[in-house]
Amino acid sequence: MSTNYEDRQRGGGGGGYDSDDDGDRRPMGGRGGGRRMHRRRVCRFCIDKVDLIDFKDVRLLQNYLPERGKILPRRISGNCATHQRMLAEAIKRARNIALLPYTTD
Amino acid sequence: METKRQYEVVFIVDPTADEEVPKLTESFSQIITDQGGVVTKAETMGKRQLAYEILHHKDGTFVLLEIEGSGREIAELERRMRVNDRVLRYITVRVDEDRRRAEKLKARRARKQAKRPERHGGPSRRGPQMEFADAGE
Repeated sequence: MSTNYEDRQRGGGGGGYDSDDDGDRRPMGGRGGGRRMHRRRVCRFCIDKVDLIDFKDVRLLQNYLPERGKILPRRISGNCATHQRMLAEAIKRARNIALLPYTTD
Repeated sequence: METKRQYEVVFIVDPTADEEVPKLTESFSQIITDQGGVVTKAETMGKRQLAYEILHHKDGTFVLLEIEGSGREIAELERRMRVNDRVLRYITVRVDEDRRRAEKLKARRARKQAKRPERHGGPSRRGPQMEFADAGE
């Protein structure tokens, strides 16, 4: 009994947070992972074979600005790194010349 | 360094000075040609609403200039635009490098597309990879 308790305490003291974290992360990873797996690998720009993202193309860029006006992260849009970089650059340029808002509230 | 650089310049003109737009565009083009650059395209994108207020203006006329040159004329053009009250905002983007890169990617894709049918004869190399990918999922 006592050894068991000690073990638990040690586990709780040293790795309590760790195991808690893992416990939290795993189910979420499982749930979110499943969803993400479906969404993954759907870079719209790769599918459409876009090599250049024009900062004047407001209609396109607006799809990646949710209500708040922030750039949609690629974990949600599923864009590849290259295209996300191009997109972010284009959005920032468009913001500079008031084609797109910096913020909306 | 020797190769010509390409730029896209977009500037916003005060909406109350709408009739001056052609004149302004003309004078800016003149500056470029005076400095030894070439204006490949001058296009008025029209009046549109600004995403945020600039100097209490809610809309403005957007003008696009495409310029080819050494880069020195851009400095002069930007200086003039900065001084001009009619120009609410401007942005200069160098596009030749990105365009070249895009063309390269396009060429590479075309090459890959041409090669692919030949390469598909080797399933032995792809077999284990596919299995591994399945196991991962």
